[in-house]
Amino acid sequence: MKFSYYPGCTLKTKAKELDLYGRKSLEKLGVDFEEVKEWQCCGAVYPVSRDEVATKLSAVRTLASAKQENAKLLTLCSACHHVLKRVNDDMKNDDNIRLKANNYLGLDEPYQGETEVVHYLELLRDYVGFDKIKEAVVNPLKGQKIAAYYGCLLLRPSETLKFDNPENPSIIEEFIKAIGATPVKYPFSNECCGAYVSATNKEIAVKKSTKVTDSAVANGAEKIVTACPLCMYNLTENGNKKVPVYYFTELLAEALGVKE
Amino acid sequence: MEKNEIVRLVKERSGTDARKCMKCGKCSGRCPAYHDMDIKPHQFVSYIEKGEIDKLMQSKSLYTCLSCFACVERCPRGVAPANVIEAVRQEVIRQQGGNKIMAETVPSMIDETIPQQLLVSMFRKLNK
Amino acid sequence: MQKIGVFVCWCGSNIAATVDVKKVAEVLKAEPGVVISENYQYMCSENGQALIRNAIKEHGLTGVVVCSCSPRMHEATFRKTCESAGLNPYMVEIANIREQCSWIHKDIEEATEKAIILGRSAIAKLKLNAPLTSGESAVVKRALVIGGGIAGIQSALDIAEAGFEVDIVEQSPTIGGNMAKLDKTFPTLDCAACILTPKMVDCAQNEKIDIMTFSEIESVKGFVGNFKVQIRRKARFVDEKKCTGCGECMQKCPSKKGLNDFNMGLNTRPAIYIPFAQAIPNVAIIDPEQCLKIKNGKCGLCAMKCNVNAIDYTQKDEIIEREYGAIVVATGYKPISLENFNEYGYSSYKDVVTSLELERLMNAAGPSDGHLVRPSDHKEPKVITFIQCVGSRDTSGCGKPYCSKICCMYTAKHAMLIREKYPDTEVHVFYIDVRTPGKNYDEFFRRAVEQYGVDYIKGMVGKVYEENGKLMVQGSDLINNEQVVIPSDLVVLAAAIEPNPSVRNIATMVTASIDTNNFLTEAHAKLRPVESPTAGIFLSGVCQGPKDIPETVSQASACAAKVIGLLAKDKLKCNACVSHSDEMLCTGCSVCANVCPYGAITYVDKEFRLGGGKTEVRRVATVNDAVCQGCGACTVACPSGAMDLKGFSNKQIMAEVDAICKR
Repeated sequence: MKFSYYPGCTLKTKAKELDLYGRKSLEKLGVDFEEVKEWQCCGAVYPVSRDEVATKLSAVRTLASAKQENAKLLTLCSACHHVLKRVNDDMKNDDNIRLKANNYLGLDEPYQGETEVVHYLELLRDYVGFDKIKEAVVNPLKGQKIAAYYGCLLLRPSETLKFDNPENPSIIEEFIKAIGATPVKYPFSNECCGAYVSATNKEIAVKKSTKVTDSAVANGAEKIVTACPLCMYNLTENGNKKVPVYYFTELLAEALGVKE
Repeated sequence: MEKNEIVRLVKERSGTDARKCMKCGKCSGRCPAYHDMDIKPHQFVSYIEKGEIDKLMQSKSLYTCLSCFACVERCPRGVAPANVIEAVRQEVIRQQGGNKIMAETVPSMIDETIPQQLLVSMFRKLNK
Repeated sequence: MQKIGVFVCWCGSNIAATVDVKKVAEVLKAEPGVVISENYQYMCSENGQALIRNAIKEHGLTGVVVCSCSPRMHEATFRKTCESAGLNPYMVEIANIREQCSWIHKDIEEATEKAIILGRSAIAKLKLNAPLTSGESAVVKRALVIGGGIAGIQSALDIAEAGFEVDIVEQSPTIGGNMAKLDKTFPTLDCAACILTPKMVDCAQNEKIDIMTFSEIESVKGFVGNFKVQIRRKARFVDEKKCTGCGECMQKCPSKKGLNDFNMGLNTRPAIYIPFAQAIPNVAIIDPEQCLKIKNGKCGLCAMKCNVNAIDYTQKDEIIEREYGAIVVATGYKPISLENFNEYGYSSYKDVVTSLELERLMNAAGPSDGHLVRPSDHKEPKVITFIQCVGSRDTSGCGKPYCSKICCMYTAKHAMLIREKYPDTEVHVFYIDVRTPGKNYDEFFRRAVEQYGVDYIKGMVGKVYEENGKLMVQGSDLINNEQVVIPSDLVVLAAAIEPNPSVRNIATMVTASIDTNNFLTEAHAKLRPVESPTAGIFLSGVCQGPKDIPETVSQASACAAKVIGLLAKDKLKCNACVSHSDEMLCTGCSVCANVCPYGAITYVDKEFRLGGGKTEVRRVATVNDAVCQGCGACTVACPSGAMDLKGFSNKQIMAEVDAICKR
């Protein structure tokens, strides 16, 4: 099975090493992947308004490019994943958006939502399997108490994303177990960190991120792991600063022994 | 544009049917940004159905809604309050002079840590 | 030459406001064969019927077409009218110009034209009608009640009271159903056990009632008055006739870790157990999944302890067959699974419970002997928060679209009982609407607020989470326009109710129709609420729709009255519109017998003359008129066109279609 790998803008620039950890881990796990050719930004936010078509086009281009490669589209960042999966759903189910987007793009063959969008974590769960990962781990993160942070974009709306149980998710906890650490349960793993509002209203982001980090610490977390660069930024910069926040690929690479 | 036409457009863009709301308030019971909103998620649904668009367009909630979709996820009637908020925000921003952030101000915000994702999403949300 | 009379009904303004009835009568009068065509305000009234009767006598009518409401409404009425005037009742055709015309059209001209076409179509069919007579079949004077909750118990007691034999088949090891689990009942707060167990005992002692618990319906064949039912009596590994219910075996059983279903899994029970003290029958049962002897042959303590040798580890399921005249479906309900409602923390926190679990926690015979403690640490909760409509009125796909009807009242009951018994406990109730129609119901709810000081908060809960040992209930207070967070010790969820899942299978077996929510459909929502559209099948209790105990008992008795009315008859008139096979066309292929849901078709070898003195023996289908219900499945399935339905022959249907298409 082939995957078209879509690192996304943040992980390609600001957080290069997180992308690198992701790639090295994929290689170690024997996943067949190739970076999407000439990929463009997904748009960062899913355009909710039903009349927005132009803002969805870059996502459609990426989806169509994966279709051409006959591959599943593998995403690393929660926001990219969210946007690509929802736009894909529109291309599959919204006649108006599909027609207009295809009219704009003029592809050789109209794109109709054929590509399957897979998040890196879904790949680990559904294609590699957490048992396999457990076997591949060389440096188990034994004794580490890690809290999973899902945020919003991976889970909601569950009707479209179909990622995990939206109110009681478990995939990152399973991941934490697979790399040898102990997951810490706390009630705000799917509560918003403050998202993009932190750029214009830091106060809100501080409130939200502090609530999350405080709860994680109160429940005994020594680390927080997340799958979204924006969540990572907010929890780190606007949280209580008492708990380090990691991107999941870093912990994965460390456990697999491919982190330099 | 005439007021009723704006209401019609906002409803259409939101893609949600406010009449399905049974006024249970679960959206506002779940909302993490509730205390930073002047008009609450359930009120967006109610006001748009009553056609009170002016109130909504002036609401500060348009800029405090986190787009976390918790209200959408939890609504027992399949209504999407966040979509209404988004559609109203779009209407405000699309009006002349409606941009809430200018491209020129973005560079000054860049620092060592801020991820592109944040800048792009902020810009997309606040600029047409 | 046929002499047809046409009678066009106004149905007050129901038809006449949209259809020009006079014009319809006039136009249809010109149809060949029609000798009289009348219109009248209410054809079903005494005067209207007299009009038809007189016309039959005066004009010597050979057939009658009534243009009126649906045949489901008044076909029987008009058939009787005609019969009393000497006309064969099957020479009556109804043109439905109300439900299928006036009610669904607005334009008078269009509707009138359609009414005329429907009238013509009925005339065309009538011309091919032949007089039919219906046979008779005997009625088996015994009723089957499926389900032994309060609905089934009440129906069975009433039927037995009238002198008929009745069997209760219950899938769990005891009768009593959900009601047996309840603590007190609204609106009078009498204890559920005190009013239910005497009825259970009555069932057990009534000679006319045979109780089969831990049993399931395996198959149902036949038709009204003559059902043949196979019942699987599942192995309980204890001889019901020998066991005295002494309970000695339960004390000795070493495998004590089974979840106690009767206490909603809040505590454990041994592998051999009697579900609860007042169980009927008061007989033990072994859970084979848990029994050490059955699982790995080691143990056998209960058999050693049993003084009457009732234990039988080798017992097997047994299938018995019985005949019944009528079947009552009383399969009841269960609370929905809460897996789609993790925002309330049911699967994460022990102290988030359902209302039915709370009933057990408050019940003197429950796991905490009626002392209300929270499941996690067995401490008395000081703040209790109720959440209503958990999964009810939910069209998002997570829950049920309907109102479960009982939750508002039982929540008020719980709140009141808690404040009464533990006055220093704070009680909050999150609600969307409080719905209390019913005698003394709203007064009951208001008492909870006004007399007992229960805090009702209008709004739904968005999230329940744990913080510092408290369950934080975060929700809307819509009256104060606030988001509130209530630190609670116990959270109680009013989970929606749904029909017991076994009902789907049973509905298929008895060919009763079921709606999208798995509730059984009644024959008429208002006028025939306890009958299924399938003759001889009756509906009792929540299997038909959400209802509380008083309503369930009323319906159960109504249902019994219908059953008694049926069983009181010695003979039933069979359906005259039965199917028959044209032996010259039949190839004996068996397709019709395979599709027949009533087992009405069998095959015989018959000798046919071929001419020239030769004969041949062929296998051909024959229909048992007493069993055939006229559903027509065989006529559609028959590949050679040999099967035809009397009163609805292929020719008649085609004549109707032709009349509609012809302009």
